[in-house]
This record gives sequence, structure tokens and C-alpha cells, in this order.
Amino acid sequence: MAAEDLPSEFDVVILGTGTVHLSFLSGDNFLFHLRRSYYAANWASFTFNALLTWIQEQQVSSCLWASTPQVSPQSHLCVLIGGASARARQGLAEEESAEAEEESAEAEEESAEAEEESAEAEEESAEAEEESAEAEEESAEAEEESAEAEEKSAEAEEEKKINYAQLVKEGRRFNIDLVSKLLFSRGSLVDLLIRSNVSRYTEFKNVTRILTYHHGNLQQVPCSRADVFASRQLSVVEKRKLMRFLTSCIEETEMDQAYSNQPYSKYLQDQQLGENLQHFLLHSIAMVTEDTPTEAGLASTRHFLRSLGRYGNSPFLFPVYGLGEIPQCFCRMSAVFGGIYCLRHSVCCLIVDRDANRCKAVIDSRGQRISCSHFVVEDGYLEALGCLFVCRLLSRAILITDSSVLPSDSEQQVSMVTIPPGEVCQSAVKMVELCSSTMTCMPGTYLVHLTCQSVGSAFEDLSQLVTKMFQTPESQEPGTTIDPRRPTVLWSLYFNMADGSVPGVEGQGLPSNVHVCSGPEGSLDHEHSIKQAELIFQRILPDEEFCPPAPNPEDIIYDGESPTPSAEEDSVKEAGQQEESGGDLNIRYTTV
Amino acid sequence: MQKIYEAELSFLEACLKVNPKSYGSWHHRGWVSARLPRPDWARELSLCDRCLSLDDRNFHCWDYRRMVVKVSGVPVDQELEFSDRLIGSNFSNYSSWHYRSTLLPVLHPQTRQEPPHASSPRGPQSHRVCEEQLLKEYELVQNAFFTDPNDQSAWFYYRWLLGRAEREETISCVYVSREDERVAVAFSRPINARCVGLLLVLDGQPLRVEWRSVHPRFRHSPVLICDLPPGTINDVTNEHNLTVHWTGNHTHRDCALYTGRVESWCRDTATDQELFRSELSVEKTSVLQSELQSVKQLQELEPLNKWCLLTIILLMRALDPLGYEKETLAHFQTLKEVDSMRSEYYSDLCCKFMIENTILKMEYAEVRVFSITDRNLTSLCHLDQLLLVTHINLSSNRLQRLPPQFAMLQCLEVLEADNNFLENLEGVYHLPRLQEVSLKNNKISTLTDLQPLASCPELKRLDLRGNPVTQAASVESDLAELLPSVTDLLL
Repeated sequence: MAAEDLPSEFDVVILGTGTVHLSFLSGDNFLFHLRRSYYAANWASFTFNALLTWIQEQQVSSCLWASTPQVSPQSHLCVLIGGASARARQGLAEEESAEAEEESAEAEEESAEAEEESAEAEEESAEAEEESAEAEEESAEAEEESAEAEEKSAEAEEEKKINYAQLVKEGRRFNIDLVSKLLFSRGSLVDLLIRSNVSRYTEFKNVTRILTYHHGNLQQVPCSRADVFASRQLSVVEKRKLMRFLTSCIEETEMDQAYSNQPYSKYLQDQQLGENLQHFLLHSIAMVTEDTPTEAGLASTRHFLRSLGRYGNSPFLFPVYGLGEIPQCFCRMSAVFGGIYCLRHSVCCLIVDRDANRCKAVIDSRGQRISCSHFVVEDGYLEALGCLFVCRLLSRAILITDSSVLPSDSEQQVSMVTIPPGEVCQSAVKMVELCSSTMTCMPGTYLVHLTCQSVGSAFEDLSQLVTKMFQTPESQEPGTTIDPRRPTVLWSLYFNMADGSVPGVEGQGLPSNVHVCSGPEGSLDHEHSIKQAELIFQRILPDEEFCPPAPNPEDIIYDGESPTPSAEEDSVKEAGQQEESGGDLNIRYTTV
Repeated sequence: MQKIYEAELSFLEACLKVNPKSYGSWHHRGWVSARLPRPDWARELSLCDRCLSLDDRNFHCWDYRRMVVKVSGVPVDQELEFSDRLIGSNFSNYSSWHYRSTLLPVLHPQTRQEPPHASSPRGPQSHRVCEEQLLKEYELVQNAFFTDPNDQSAWFYYRWLLGRAEREETISCVYVSREDERVAVAFSRPINARCVGLLLVLDGQPLRVEWRSVHPRFRHSPVLICDLPPGTINDVTNEHNLTVHWTGNHTHRDCALYTGRVESWCRDTATDQELFRSELSVEKTSVLQSELQSVKQLQELEPLNKWCLLTIILLMRALDPLGYEKETLAHFQTLKEVDSMRSEYYSDLCCKFMIENTILKMEYAEVRVFSITDRNLTSLCHLDQLLLVTHINLSSNRLQRLPPQFAMLQCLEVLEADNNFLENLEGVYHLPRLQEVSLKNNKISTLTDLQPLASCPELKRLDLRGNPVTQAASVESDLAELLPSVTDLLL
């Protein structure tokens, strides 16, 4: 939809489509502005090529993240390529250079049907490939050492099965997320998806195993009854103790009051579980720290256990094609009910009635005035509007590797790995290794996400762990012997992003009908975001139900319209997998 | 034809989707598959796989799968892997465990060490599994019951692993009484007096005799008796050689009655046969010992788990019934408390073990006196082992009856059963040598209850003090009429 066609009045204008912005489906009049050409802001999923573009943008453009003075911008973003031949890269860059001309004026606003996205993505990929070469060079400057090492590895690994050129070539087939999260099978996001029928647009895979890094080794964490039974590392006595503890947890027996002020780790210690089991329970099942209080520790243990077995042998789900799918699915549902989306369209200023302390309208980047009764914005955009928030950062790394960190019978394992603080890194690192059937990487490779609270830059925080668990250019220094079974890193990206969990964005002197939601935070689940979305929704529409079940699009007859399906409905039908009744999720099971 | 049947198969598939546990659909599918000119067994097998992955306890599907496997000749090891997989995903599954128990003896049969003639020729194929595989199975099943000790299926499989002994069919005892001119034969299992091919050879001559069970209530009995023609062995100065042939089983047992002796017997004792042990297992002591250790370990963690306790008791019995007697009794006490719904079952089981122990003690002492008093006995068993007992003391227990099997005590002379709750004496029937019966403080209330005693010709002394029957008017004269042989009656 061209900008000229935009109505000048909306009930709610939403800038950005992160998961928190989850569509409000009550049939009101919405406008979604997207400053960029993609959905979901910091929640986005990119094709590999689009990700390269994004990297380029980040390096060129001024700011996306609130940078603290201590951290220099260069160290935020750091791309390393290993195992790819330089020649292949060059050739590719030349091939694509002709198309790259078209790059320039793509800044037109467009309405945002999900299907049109792909067309755009294709255009962008042309730019992306060209720019990737530049991106590499930049990063090479920033990290001279690694660049040298990279050169070496490029020569040494000419024979590697999968090289950089292939990654770029196949890049369209898979999606890479900026954030790394999972869904608890009984978490609020799954409930919401089912309740609102958005689940019909989504498809999930079960996380197949929980791993943990313990005493310098990766171990599988037995958490379900079947896991405990099959585990080879636990003695039978440990099995009994673990099962007994887990069973008593589920039964929600009254917590011993003596532990009400004690940390969970102390509580576990006193259960005579042994060091191994304590580690599993604290770091992998409860996923808390040494000083988390017992009550909170038990609560998260229960949350984990309740989710277990609902859709499979682990408590977690991962959306096929990545997390960016989820906001898109909500968008799709909202579009069916009249929500309007504008990509590459931003808001320049708000018109505020000072007396009422209300925002009356917004002026978009093309100068159009749009009246609205509510304005929802992600905090990231507020920086652009001039309100800067100093916040905590997350350190992230995304790796493409050639094999699993813990090879097993099946190549299609989705692993959740916890690395407790102090094992390698200062803070606890959550690692998710995705296989190709999640459609986040090409067959034969694995996509690895690492997330932790920042202490320094992402590279400082995480590279040591990466070097330890994978074969990187750095780990090939002479004199060190490398376990050949370790996976090789084919490509890696380090960056920092704002931690959305920091409270206090409210009450910054904003008009009362401007609602700020935070970006993604560092936790593994979506609880924080869902809660926030519900809060904002209730502030805007106090009497409405949050995400009520949507009727089947085919059953809707619009006023004054013939009941022939509109274009939107067609697209929904195409995109939706077979619809299932009764709040089922579409789970893609890999046959063993 | 193929087409019609294939259409039927896809129709059945639709039916099974609606009701995967329909007996009729599965049976019909089996019927169709068996008649299909070109059956696609791989497809049928994958259908079973799919159904069992949706519900791994769908036993109709299990049945069908067994049929498919049998007809299409799926290798046994492949099926064992399949059961590995199902047990791996959920071990609370009797069907999977049971399937294993049928596959293992085929895949890993025990190499027979005993000479070939020892195995009974008509017996079924050996159910035993070679030791190496057994140890692996012990480990697997231990993982299961340590993970969830309240799951019965694993415990049952464990019992199967431990208790595979099949008692050899033999004549365990031949007893001959010169005075009564009677032969009593005990067998390893109850047999039918009319159908079994028994041949009695006396001094080289086959003898026509009529075998009968000890009590008219049974046709099958582990003890059969026969009366010899009058005058065949009653001369004390003669020596006789008897042989009893069990023709159906090609076994026989000899017994010599020497000059001057009034009776004679030849038998295997319960201790010789390790009778009560082998009921659980023929496993090596070392293996059982280590199994006991690990189950005890579990019991330390789960002191109130009934399966665990029961298994400990069984293992202890297999290892050393007398040595572990005290611990066994304590465990039974706990069992009755934690599983009060089955306390009577545990009582009966406990009785059985105490009787077994008493039999063992009696045999070690080489006496014919069986005494088990003040033990809360609720039932009697193994009475066929008491064929030779002359004195029995069952006082101060909780017995309510002397069952018909009691008539197997063919040599019994003195019966003491004071302070019980006896109201039925059915089993005191045609005991040729019974002289003294003491039944003080029981619940015998009518003369009819005492009727069986009239069949014992030698009964001299009867003590009925403290029974309701003594309150009846004219009891003394009625008894004198009923039991004319009794000279010493205490009321």
C-alpha cells in the first residue's frame, strides 16, 4: 500500500512488530509502522543474505543499541568466517555486482502482507551478497588477529564440504534469528497461540535434548522418566534420587520453611542428591544461579517439569523457520481482521496535547499526519525519537558449524545447552544448537546461538567458550592439539543487544497514551514479553479480552461484502498448514 | 482379488483410525492379510509401528504385530530392537517386556550343560536365556525399577528373569506299609489317578492295583495310594522289592521292604531337590547375591516400597531360606503395614515360607515330627512333603480348617492343633495310623464337623475341651456312637 493511500485516522498506531507488540485482534483499527523492511525489529529472523545486509547496516548506520561509553562500537559487531575459500567468495561478489546497482531507492513504504516479504527479501539478497565482502573487510580491520587466522584457515580447509559460497547460495532457504529463545510447552506463549488460534499458522519442533557443560565435558541432562531410565551416566541410585526429587517437586509438597531464606543451591545440597544431580537440577532444569532463593528455584523447576511431555520428551519447542515466525503469524492473523502494515515507514514526531498529556497524532516519515488514540512503540525506537535509555546489554553470538557439539545417532537433534557461570565464562551462557530441519541452517550444518549477560563486548564474553567447544581459527594455534571431533565454525557473528528486561521505561514523562514496550530480554522463555503485551493491551482496552479465539477466516462475512474470499484470506489459506481443532499445535516430528 | 482385499485393508485402516482398539477390526485385518495374494508385510509392520507409537499398550495391535512378524519372518533381533525402543520411550508396558521374554530365549538360548536325557522329552522348549544376556537384562530392568519403583511391569519382568526353574517331573517318594498292605506314592506335581500310566512291580511281578487319590474331593493329587491284595507282603520274615513305574514319563522309583521291618520308603528330600529354592531360580548364588545387594540398596532409598520388599524376600528365600528367616519375617510385617489391602495375601505367603522352613529343619534333623506353633499360620501347604510325618503340632495358630490335602499325611499318628479357629476337619480322612487328636479351644460346634474322624480306624484319644460342641446335650453318647474306637475322650 502506498503512503498516499493510508487513512489519516487510526485507533492505535504501533511502531515495530516485536513479540511484545503481538497483534491485538479485537477488530479495531490498527496501523503498524515498520521503520525497516522486515518484521519484528530486534525479534527478526533473517535469511543468511538478509542478515549480511543487516550486519552491513549496523556497521554503517549510527546506532541501534544504546551503546555505553566503555564499549566501542566496533566490538559490538564482529563477523568471522572460517572454513570458506577466499576465491569462492571473490567470484561470488563479482557475479552479483551487476544486480547490486538496484540497491538505491528502495525506501518506499509498502503495505505488509507476509507474502510480499519474500519478494523483497530476494531483492535485498542481491545487495547482501555484495556487501558481505565489505562486511568481512571491516570486521577484519576490527579484529586483525582473527583476520590473519582466518586467512590461514581458508587455505587449510579448502576441501571442507560446506564453504562460504554455498552458505550464501543456500542462504535463502533458512532463517536466522537475532534473538535466541525457546517456548515452554506449557508457557504463556503456547497458551496464547492456542487460545487465539494463531497456532494454525505456526509449526514447531521439539527440542530433543538438554545438555550441560560440566567439568569440561558436555553431558546430556536426564529430565524425563524415559531419559532417566535410559541414561548411562547415572548410577541406579542416582536415578532413584533424581526421580524422587522430581516427583516430589511436581506434587508441590509444602516447601520446608527452614529454606524460605536460603538459596536453592543450599536446598539441593541438603537433599543428598550428589554433586552431579545438583548441577543438573540447578543449572539445566531450574536454570537459576547459585544464589536464587529456594522458592524461586522450586518454582522454575516445576515450570520446567510441567512443560515436559506435553509435546515430546523435552519441555521446549522451537518454531520451524525461527522465532521471527511468531510475530509474523500474529501479524497475519491481525491482517485478516483489518490491521494495516507499513514496512520501511517510521514516525518522525508525535503531536502532543500538553494539557491532556496525550498524544493526538503522529507525523510519519513522509510527512503525513495520522491521528490516533494510542501509540505503542518499542523502546529501541524511542532512542531514535530522542529519548535515550541507558540499559543493560546482552552478548550474543551466532555460529554456523559443521557438526553437533555432541554427535548422536540422529543428525536432527535440537539441543539446549546450559553453561553455568564460572565454567568458562563469567556469566551463565545459554546455548541453543539447531539442526537443519528447523529451517534455520542448511543441511549438513548447525546453527548455534549463544546468549549471556554482557560483561564486556560479545566477543570478549563468548569467544573463549567458542574456542573451547568448537574449532575456530584461534583454536588452531600451533602447539595446541584439537579434538578432531569438535565441530568447525564455518561462520560466526558476535554482537551486543539491549536487554529488554530492564524495567523503568514507564513514567519517563511520556504522554499517557504512549505505551512503551521493551525489546527482547535475555531469558530463555517469553513470559516477560507476554506479560508486558497483556499489560499494554489492558491499558488500551481495559474491557476487552486479550487475544480471544479468532474465528476461522472462512466463516467471516464482512458487512456489505459478498462472501467471496478476499486476497488476504487466500493467502491465509495458502500459508496455514492443515488446520487442527482443539488447540493443537503443529509439531513436526523427525522420524528416527 | 488383490484389489478387493486391498480396498478392504484401506477401509479397515479408516476404521482403526476411529477406534484403534477395536478387536473386530484387527481380527478382520489379520484375516484379510492372510488371504491377500501379494501381501505387503512391510506396510503392515509399519502400520503396527505407527499404532504402537501412538499407544504403546494397544494389545490388539500387539497381537496383530506378532502375527505379521510370524508370517513375514521378521528377524528376531530386529524385533528385540523394537522392544528396546518401546521400552526406552516408556517402560511401563507389560506388552513390551513380555515380548522380550518370548524373544530372548530364541535369540540367546542357554547352552545346555546337563546331559540330554535329563531334559524331559515332551517338555516345551527351554525358557532359559544364556547368562551373558541375562546379566544385561538384569541391568536394564534395574534401571527401570530404580527409576520408578512403583511401576509393576518391570518388577514382573524381573520375577520372570529370576524365576525360570522348571521342576523335573519325578516320583519323589514311594512309601510302603506292611501292616496296612498299602503303598503311597508322591509325585512332583498333582496327577490324575485314573489317567496316569502307573505300574507297580512287586518282586519282579506286575501287580494289578487300583490307584486312588487320598481324598474323594480330588481327582488330581500329588499323592496317590493303593491297597495291595491281602496277604502279599504281610509276612514280616519276607523281604520285598517294589518298583513304581510312571510310564508316561519314563521314570520309576524302587523301594525295598526288608525282613523284620513294618514299613519302608525311598524318596528325594526337599533339601536334596532344593525344592523351595528352585521355585524362584536356578541362578548361580553369586548372581543372586549381587541382585539382592542392589535391591537392598533400593530398599534403603525406598523403605516402604512393596515391590522392593517382596523381591527382597524372594531373593532371600532363593539364597538361604533358613539363614534369612528373621529378616524375611520382619519384611513381611512391613509389607502388611504398607499394603494393608493385601495383608491376607502376605499372611498366606508368609505361612508358606514358614512351612517350607519347618520342613527343611525337620529334614535336617532327620525326624518325622513336624511342629509349627504360635506362628499365626492361616493356611497349610506343601502337605505332600509331609507324607512320612508321624507327629504334627499346629497349636496356637489361626487355622480355620484342616483341608482335604491333610489326608496326604498317611503316616500320621498324633495330631495336635490346640488353640486355633478350627471348625472343619475335612482333611482328617482315612488316616490309617491316627491314634491321638487334640483339638482344645477350637470352634468345632457340631457333631457333623467331627464326622471325618470316624474314618480313622485307630483313633483312641480325642481332646475336645473348649469347643462349642461340648456344650451340647448328650454329646458324650453321640460321640461314643460316632467314634466307637475312641477310649479316651476329653470334653
